[in-house]
Parts: sequence; structure tokens; C-alpha cells
Amino acid sequence: MPINISRIMSWTFRDLRPYLRGMALATRTGRRPSITRTLWDSSVGKKTVMAVSGLIMLAYLVVHMLGNLKVFFGPEELNAYGHWLRHMGEPFLHSHWGLWAARIVLIVSVVAHAVSAYQLSRRDLKARPVAYAHKRRRAGYATRTMRWGGIIVGLFIVWHILDLTTLTVNERAWEGHPYQNLLATFSTWYGNTIYIVAMAAVALHVRHGFWSAAQTLGAGNARRDKTLKFLAHALALVLFAGFVSVPVGVMTGVVS
Amino acid sequence: MKLTLRVWRQQNADAPGAMVTYEVDGVSKDMSFLEMLDTLNEDLILRGEEPVAFDHDCREGICGACSLVINGDAHGPERTTTCQLHMRSFTDGDTIDVEPWRAAAFPVVKDLVVDRSAFDRIIQAGGYITAPTGSAPEAHATAVPKADADHAFEHAECIGCGACVAACPNGSAMLFTSAKVNHLNVLPQGAPERETRVLDMVATMDDEGFGGCTLTGECATACPKGIPLPSIAAMNREWLRAVRKGPRRP
Ligand code: HEM
Ligand code: SF4
Ligand code: FES
Repeated sequence: MPINISRIMSWTFRDLRPYLRGMALATRTGRRPSITRTLWDSSVGKKTVMAVSGLIMLAYLVVHMLGNLKVFFGPEELNAYGHWLRHMGEPFLHSHWGLWAARIVLIVSVVAHAVSAYQLSRRDLKARPVAYAHKRRRAGYATRTMRWGGIIVGLFIVWHILDLTTLTVNERAWEGHPYQNLLATFSTWYGNTIYIVAMAAVALHVRHGFWSAAQTLGAGNARRDKTLKFLAHALALVLFAGFVSVPVGVMTGVVS
Repeated sequence: MKLTLRVWRQQNADAPGAMVTYEVDGVSKDMSFLEMLDTLNEDLILRGEEPVAFDHDCREGICGACSLVINGDAHGPERTTTCQLHMRSFTDGDTIDVEPWRAAAFPVVKDLVVDRSAFDRIIQAGGYITAPTGSAPEAHATAVPKADADHAFEHAECIGCGACVAACPNGSAMLFTSAKVNHLNVLPQGAPERETRVLDMVATMDDEGFGGCTLTGECATACPKGIPLPSIAAMNREWLRAVRKGPRRP
């Protein structure tokens, strides 16, 4: 049997390691906190929370966009789809339970995403307190659009829920009839403007966000970079086109 | 060449600083940027003024001591270190802004000199291997696949200059830290500390007040040694793996 010297050496030195460490360096390995603590306390871990919650919301957006396209097949189809959403999982689940389960996942995601975005942004701004006298526009473009875009999307989510879920600000507010309510929203200039601006913000956010999440979760590498960037652009474009087709459909009279 | 320089002058860490304008004449295109600053300093000394303090050592692009943000770019317009930047990259009559690295973790010591010891503390947290030192080991004792050796070597090139931090809008040290984590974690020699290294180095990086990564990519553009942006994703992968597995204890 061949003798593997390095193997023996590495075993020997593995046994010596605590002593070497104790002598030379104070490492932080002694008291290791829980996984949750480690994640939340680290900038890399908090970014992971942001990436996972972002991807959950992204998956939801794709499904939501596909569902919205039913508007082009008439009021019965969209309203029936809305009805099904409320009764998802029946008869096993009580009515609305399936819907609420989805809502809870989304609420947790939005809160986790926004809180980590806020805390990380605070940390980032503090880490660079003095700006350069010589200004360059390039630096931080993506970061700034992500922060402002994120805030716009956040405000939109609030408005959107008040408009089409609780119907608080909807002019028609006909419960159980999403098709008619949606028509009401997109018959107003502000309804269209808010919606289209927000969708542009979502698209920009997804464009940097999807690729970023891949890096944060360690899925990015030089070989995959082009594919990931392409996917990010494609997702952004498809989401934008899909969502915006609805108000455009109403404005052009295709949906009425 | 005749140039106008606007240089950050600051007496010490606590004093307020400001950009001060100087004219420099008789600059040759073959001078390095640092030699041009030497010319300015000779002038200042002759005039009885205090010379501009700036960091430098090897002046051949290998030590990482030189710094300077030149016209908003870390190490100036070429992808190299300031000591290897030549005045032919500028034209006669140019106005050039010269500033120190800006980051909370790199406080200004004087003029263009900043304290980069936060990097040393990141290295102390895990940028080492617990292998026997002494005489060189037999080269064939531990076989390393060519691809891994190349990966390690590419990342070993980091000279710890801090340009990545200076260029990052968040003052983040992710590229620097990822260079060392990639370098050592891929090698069998670095394997015993694979998990503790990345956990401890990232935690120290956070403690030192560096910002987080928003994948802006400014760091990799500024890096004179070409440490690539995907190295950060690779470090994230190592970090998540280490969190999942927990640090291996001896
Ligand atoms: C509550 C509103 C939101 C805010 C305040 C917000 C804010 C942010 C910020 C500041 C970032 C970090 C950008 C960077 O690292 O440069 C980010 C990343 C991200 N966001 Fe959002 N965002 C919001 C909503 C959304 C939504 C609705 C989605 C779903 C598509 C989403 C998906 C993502 C993804 C996938 C990332 C990448 C995570 C990473 O960098 O690893 N965000 N968000
Ligand atoms: S990663 Fe590049 S820019 Fe950053 S310290 Fe190392 S050599 Fe300098
Ligand atoms: S002085 Fe050594 S790298 Fe520039």
C-alpha cells in the first residue's frame, strides 16, 4: 500500500490546530450562534434573505401575470378564475384558506425583503460617508435604481391592494367581479399611469434582481453569466409585456 | 506637460480637509503618476510648504501600497496600479483630481494616505493555512488539479490595495475577501479551515464597517489585478455551504 505522506501530515496537524490557533490567533470559532442568527447578523446572510424572498415574489409575479391574461377571454373566464382563487384547495381546505396561505407567504416575503433591503442600505450608506469630489455617473446606477425602484414597487403594492383587493379606492368596487373592477381602474388616467410606471419599476427591479439573486445564492459563475443575464432580461420583458397588455387592452378597446 | 492638480489635503485624521489646487510644470509623458507627484512635492519643499503625503512602496505594481482616486477612478484611467500609471494617459493642460480612498473602514491618516489595517484584520481572521512552515514540502506530495491551481493563482494575485473598496458605492470589501477565500478554499492545503475561514473573514469584514455587496461591479472594473466579479458569487456559495454544514471543529 502506498504511503500518503500528506495525508498523515494533515492528520497530525489537524490535531495540533487548536494549539496553533490558541497561540497565534484568536479565532471566532469558539461560540458559534444558531443558523438563523448567523444569517440575519451577516451582510451576506441578510442578502440571502433578500434573494430568497425576492425569488418567491418573482415566482408569484409570473403566475399572477399569466392569470391576468384571462382578461382577454372575457368577464366570465376572469371572474371564474377569481372565484377559483378564493376556493383554492376546497373541499379539503375551508374557503379562502388556500388564498390566505398564499397571502401569508407573500406578506412574510415582502416584509423580510423590505426590512433586509432597508437595513443593508443603511449599512451601505454608512460605509461610504464621504463622497468623491470628482463625480462619475456610472457608480452605483444599479444600486440606486434598485432602492428607488423598490420603494416605488412597495408603494404600488399598497395602492394595488386598496384598489383591487379591498376595493377601497376603486370607483366601481363590485365585490367578486374583478373584471369589472379592473375595467374601472384602467378607465382612469391615473389608474393607467400608476400601473404602467409601477410595472416599469418592477421590470427594472427584476432585471438586476434576478441576476443578483443568482450571485447571492452562489449560482453565478463566469460560464453561466450570459445565460443568467439573458434570463433576467427575458423575465423582465415578459413580465412587463404581460402586465402592461391589460391596461393597454382596456385603453385600445380590445378589453371592454 | 503642464498640469493642474486638485489634491485632497488633510493635516490629520481629525482635521477637516479640502481640495487644494496646484500647478505642476515639466511633467514628462514617461513619468509614472507617483513620479509626477514627487515633482510636485520637490516644488512644495522648495517653496517651504508641506509635501503631499501619499502611500507607495515597490513602485512596480506588486505590493499594493499605492492608492489614489484619480478623476474619480481608483488607480486612475488605466487598469493598473497608480505606480504603473504613466503620464502619457493624460494630455498637456489637463486638470486632474486626486483624492484618497473613501470608505468608513479606511479612515484618512493624512492627505492621500488612508489606514487600511482593516484588511489586515480580515486576513488575520482566516487568510492563512495551518500547515507546517519550514522547509518547502515535496512538490508532488499533494496533487492539485490544474484547473484548481489556476483558480487559486488567479485569486492569489490580489495585492490588497483596496481599490475595490474605494470604487464600490457601498465601500464593500467583498471582492478583496473573496479573492483570499477563493484562493485558499480551492486548495487541499486550505481545506482544514474551509468553513471557518469564510465564516470568520466575512464576519470580520462586517465588523470592520465595510458595506454589503449590491453587485454593482465597480470593484472588478477597478481591480488592477483583474479579480473577477463572479468570485463574489463563489464566496457566497462557500459561505452558505459553511453555514449549512457548520464549522468543522478540530
Ligand atoms: C417592498 C418593495 C421592495 C423593495 C423596497 C425592494 C428593494 C430591494 C433592494 C434595495 C434590493 C437590493 C438591490 C441591490 O442589491 O442592489 C432588492 C433586490 C431584489 N428584489 Fe426587491 N424590493 C421590493 C420588491 C420586490 C418585488 C415585488 C420583487 C419580485 C419580483 C423583488 C425581487 C428582488 C430580487 C429577486 C432581488 C435580488 C436579491 C439579491 O440581490 O440577491 N423585490 N430589492
Ligand atoms: S481585489 Fe483587486 S482591487 Fe481589491 S484589494 Fe485585491 S487587488 Fe486590490
Ligand atoms: S507602489 Fe507597490 S503596487 Fe504601487
